Amino acid sequence: MKLTMASSPHNHSLKSVNKLMTCVMLACVPGILVQSYFFGIGVLVQLVLALMCVSAAEAAILKVRNRPIWPTLSDGSAWLTGVLIAVSIPPLAPWWIVVIGSVFAIIIVKQLYGGLGFNLFNPAMAAYVLLLISFPVQMTAWQPVNALLATPLSFVDQLSLIFTETTQAGVSLDVARQVIDGATGATPLDHVKTALSQNMTSSEAMDNLAFSRFAGEGWQWVNLAYLLGGLYLLKAKVINWHIPVAMLVSLSACSALGFVLGGHTGVAFHLLSGATMIGAFFIATDPVSASTTNLGRLIYGALIGLLVYLIRQFGGYPDAIAFSVLLMNMAVPLIDHYTQPRTYGHGARK
Amino acid sequence: MSEFKTLAHEGLWKNNAALVQLLGLCPLLAVTSTVTNALGLGIATLLVLVGSNVTVSVVRNWVPKDIRIPVFVMIIAAFVTIIELLMNAFTFGLYQSLGIFIPLIVTNCAIIGRAEAYASKNSPLLSAWDGIMMGLGFAAVLVILGAMREVIGQGTLFDGAELLLGEWATALRISIIDFDNQFLVAILPPGAFLGLGLIIAVKNYFDERKKAQAQPDPSPEKAPRARVTSLT
Repeated sequence: MKLTMASSPHNHSLKSVNKLMTCVMLACVPGILVQSYFFGIGVLVQLVLALMCVSAAEAAILKVRNRPIWPTLSDGSAWLTGVLIAVSIPPLAPWWIVVIGSVFAIIIVKQLYGGLGFNLFNPAMAAYVLLLISFPVQMTAWQPVNALLATPLSFVDQLSLIFTETTQAGVSLDVARQVIDGATGATPLDHVKTALSQNMTSSEAMDNLAFSRFAGEGWQWVNLAYLLGGLYLLKAKVINWHIPVAMLVSLSACSALGFVLGGHTGVAFHLLSGATMIGAFFIATDPVSASTTNLGRLIYGALIGLLVYLIRQFGGYPDAIAFSVLLMNMAVPLIDHYTQPRTYGHGARK
Repeated sequence: MSEFKTLAHEGLWKNNAALVQLLGLCPLLAVTSTVTNALGLGIATLLVLVGSNVTVSVVRNWVPKDIRIPVFVMIIAAFVTIIELLMNAFTFGLYQSLGIFIPLIVTNCAIIGRAEAYASKNSPLLSAWDGIMMGLGFAAVLVILGAMREVIGQGTLFDGAELLLGEWATALRISIIDFDNQFLVAILPPGAFLGLGLIIAVKNYFDERKKAQAQPDPSPEKAPRARVTSLT
């Protein structure tokens, strides 16, 4: 068959990789701002650190691979990976956490597989999982929101916690992140899991300082801010609606069903706590490691939602976005294989 | 003599059981969390391999072709039992720490692979040499991987060497880096896969460089095969 190229004009969305990545990073801004408002300036420190590390790691590995450095680096995909790593680790985690994560994400998960477009797994989430299973203590040490801290942390104190693991006065992170009543503040997801494992009732588990209304002070606003950024991405047609909608609907359905059947945590709690929104709009929609057909995207998103609920409810780790996304990344080739759309003019309609 | 040299090159580098044939990955990945474990299992595998290769080679003319595989497996199982009992008697600590992976040497494909591919067709002396070289190649990879994982994961080398070598070996323990936090992933199974992948990458790098030096004309080659199994 002869395929002739028609003369111009051709329809093109005019979106280079660089523009897409910049768009996604811009959409992260409200989330990052809200996060640093609630959890302190440490978020921004980690962000700068992550951006520096991913740039250095990408430049180094490209040099080793004899690839042009600036064209690849400036497409922004590495920076986006850095941003996602920085916002997903606890803001006061020691500096080497973010360094190890960034280097692993870029060198092992992305470039050793062949660079952007060839990586099977989402680099930021693979790095997050590496850090979580290697350093569970540091990676679950989220401090409660600033307003609840027994002693507010100054900027210098936060810097000092990140780089030397104590404040200027020599107070360790464990003490520094105590809340007003003296208990260390776990994340809401973490707290509910612990409380339920101690045979508390669900109302006891939910009745805590760190909890206001739905999903815990701070967390719900962070999630809403990422939702806002995600809606912008949808509006700008950077991402398709299929994955986030499928994921959120499936997570809501699971948690609603679970709640009706006597579960402890409702729909709003699941949608607005942990990394749900950033996961749905920024992480699961990674164009490289996600499914590429529309039906496939629906299946992919829905299964991520299901896995998130199952792992949060029955698994050993407090949050589940990273594990679910990585597990579904593995299933993507299979999903894509079975959901190829019918080519126009070929094959019969069933 | 050149046959011996070829066998040594094949076993240690070109056709390495762990790096090229990718055989015996189960023990390779499971027990290499420390150098001591890796060395213990490497030596055990080496002994079984030599023993089974020699025996298979001796009986090769009396074993009917149709039932050779069960016979080989029984020979290997006998040697594994001997090794297991010996380790139980003399290195009990290591025996406990390796656990199920000692009996599982029976299922190590590298061993039955050599019995089938080499020992059943060659003289006992050559087969013994082949067993030694293949076993050494396998053990070397185990030890390198074990060292990598132990240094990255715990910051030590030869931790627990007294289990294998007796009390005096306690002094062998070297503390290279003192971590406040262990880098757990190196000790967990994912670290073994990553480590093995990196070692294979390094081997391929040396091979490619050698090839490039031997043949300066850079004519692009079509996808080289990852597994080269030359059964001569």
